[in-house]
Amino acid sequence: MTPLSQLLPGQFGKLASLNPERGVDQRLMALGLLPGMILKLIRKAPLGDPLAIEFGGQVVSLRLAEAENLIVDVSADCPIQRPRQP
Amino acid sequence: MSNSAAGLLVALVGNPNTGKSTLFNALTGLRQRVGNYPGVTVARKSGICDLGDGRKVELLDLPGLYSLAAASPDEQVVIDALSGNIVGARRPDAVVLVVDATNLLRNLFLASQVAELGLPVVIALNQADVAKEQGLRIDTGLLSRRLGGVPVVLTSAWQGEGILDVRRGIARALTEPAPMKRVSWPTDIAGALAEVAAAAAADTGRPITEAEAQRLLFDTNPSTAERLGWALARREKTLRVARDRVRHSGYNPMAAEPLVHYAHLRLILEGVVAEGLGKAGRSAAVDRLLLHRFLGPVLFLGIMLGFFGSVFWLAKFPMEWIQAGVDWTKSIVAPPLDAYPMLQSLLADGIIGGVGAFLVFLPQILILFLFIGILEDSGYMARAAFIMDRLFSWCGLNGKSFVPLLSGFACAIPSLLSTRTIEDPKARLATAFVVPFMSCSARFPVYALMCAAFIGPVYGPGWQSVVMIGMHCVGLLFAVPTAFVLTRLVLKVKPQPFVLELPRYQMPKSRDVLWRMWQNAAEFVSRAGTVIFAITIIVWALSYFPRDPAVAERIQAAHPTAAPEVVTAKIQAAYVEQSYMGRFGKAVQPVFDPLGFDWKITVGVLASFPAREVIVSTLGVTYSVGEGAEADSQHLRKAMQDAKWSEGPRAGTPIFSLAAVLALMVFFALCSQCGPTVATLAQETGGWRWAAGSFVYMTALAWLAGTAVYQVVSRLS
Repeated sequence: MTPLSQLLPGQFGKLASLNPERGVDQRLMALGLLPGMILKLIRKAPLGDPLAIEFGGQVVSLRLAEAENLIVDVSADCPIQRPRQP
Repeated sequence: MSNSAAGLLVALVGNPNTGKSTLFNALTGLRQRVGNYPGVTVARKSGICDLGDGRKVELLDLPGLYSLAAASPDEQVVIDALSGNIVGARRPDAVVLVVDATNLLRNLFLASQVAELGLPVVIALNQADVAKEQGLRIDTGLLSRRLGGVPVVLTSAWQGEGILDVRRGIARALTEPAPMKRVSWPTDIAGALAEVAAAAAADTGRPITEAEAQRLLFDTNPSTAERLGWALARREKTLRVARDRVRHSGYNPMAAEPLVHYAHLRLILEGVVAEGLGKAGRSAAVDRLLLHRFLGPVLFLGIMLGFFGSVFWLAKFPMEWIQAGVDWTKSIVAPPLDAYPMLQSLLADGIIGGVGAFLVFLPQILILFLFIGILEDSGYMARAAFIMDRLFSWCGLNGKSFVPLLSGFACAIPSLLSTRTIEDPKARLATAFVVPFMSCSARFPVYALMCAAFIGPVYGPGWQSVVMIGMHCVGLLFAVPTAFVLTRLVLKVKPQPFVLELPRYQMPKSRDVLWRMWQNAAEFVSRAGTVIFAITIIVWALSYFPRDPAVAERIQAAHPTAAPEVVTAKIQAAYVEQSYMGRFGKAVQPVFDPLGFDWKITVGVLASFPAREVIVSTLGVTYSVGEGAEADSQHLRKAMQDAKWSEGPRAGTPIFSLAAVLALMVFFALCSQCGPTVATLAQETGGWRWAAGSFVYMTALAWLAGTAVYQVVSRLS
């Protein structure tokens, strides 16, 4: 179990938990980022923050501090369920 | 809007980046009207849509959003509009849900929430061409059946395909409304919703719809409860009990809504989309270049400097034409009125000058919005925000603040309008508040005059450049801490979440870009334009009256042999001196004394409220060199260099000492001495409160900084 903020660019993970009380996580849930969702850290912005992640066929940017509370499971066999490139 | 056949109203709802506006433009054919929702700075766009069966409906383009949870003013407007809670506006008769055909699941979440409102819906699967290219085949018939028989149509608004199907779909939804299939809430959530609805109805004495109950139960944001007038003390316990009930059934109450909706949608979409062979989009490849760690920022700077450089340079020519047109009009209108000097001056300097005062902003506004339209519709704007966010997040702004701040160096007016691209309302307000600190092009003539007259000749061209560059940085120096203090201490915002979709790259459609550019310009003219006009007239009147003919006679008598133009200049100077503005300037001169300003500079500062660069021509008048003075005028420079204090402790010393010159420039760099900016700020922040705050704050800051500069430099030199 790793915070999303510690994923390396190109690494996949399966969302294990988030904090639904937070505004950021509520926004992400509306976009379909729910526990069990496969996601990929595509890249970090040139200054190291924010991050670009991909899930459910879309690319979304969020800040490093906001990604700390999103816990992902990197051991799950993610790449098989590789999300479609938008 | 004109009374359409049955007065029917249809709302267009969808996620951002789905091509909703393109579809709206295609459906209405630009027969549109733009206004504002009462009390908020959210634009209300509506147009007339011909259904093709003889009926016409009013089509309402609601702001793009991902969810009905009311987290921003835009979202609140959508909820209120769809629920019929906007004062003076009807509830729509049907809703067209614009859905990105390449990402049905995420887009249908909003559709599923809208279904809870019980309105007839039409689903437009837009960007069908892109979906096809990606090898996606969508069974619209199956989807329609699964959704309870609502019309589902494929469209490519960009290509203009499927528009007729949307018209037919709307016609069908209006004639034989089929409700969209709604989620079936798990028993305990349904029970909790019923409890909330019953308690809220009992406490407020009004019926509570299911959709309202959902917002009350699921949202942390209290806006729905506040609108219903459900008091905190009364709702707190009910909501806690209801949420506990949801929690005991195994759902986090804050996550229950998306969890249930998404599970419902996964079932509905089962077998609807077949993924065949297709080309993957090129967006990922483009991003590898445009968001590259080293190349990305370089390309970004190149794009931005290219764009804003051209706003500046391209706008220069039409601005000169407008100026020439204004001057030409004056030269045509003025001579026949030589016998009526008051009327002549009112018409030429007041009315024509006033119209010119806001017309002159139009080229920059049009060009800036053309570029912003291209940046937004292509998908690059989101990337720009992604690249820049780190630099702005720490002081409470976000990556989207960059474009308004950069364009502020050209002119604050278009830049303030461009803060509309920032969704987060607090970040938008903070950005708008610091935009006037950017050193706009109207300050340039002031710096140029001062530097050319007093810095260059004495200290050399090297120092002249240093001072010019320094003046452009002074504003930035104060803007950043201002934003920090404003967001952290005044607005007291927690760092706002910055969740931003990086949409697929797309070729902007010229009709959409040009149309938006035109709408922004029209709104500026109709709202801020009238205020700018009024300010110009008022300042004209204050500088013109009273006009006692004895003043002119006295000067003519005193200089019987002088050349006519010298006498005219002296008369003009004398009239300004005894005008209300001149008297007021003399009266408040003691306030500006610590900055080393004499009454003439003070009058120049006050009279330049319609536009900063006016100070140059005002100084031209008060220093009796005629009103046509420009920044490079030799006469004006000479007159200012020769000006000496005639009385007081500084008598005999030059007025424009190094200290006073620097103080004047610093004052101008920081003060809010620009009526159009104040008017536009009021328009964009939805009231005069923030505009007045900005004026007082910037003026105080400018006064303090100017005083500090004058006192320090005059003691050192």
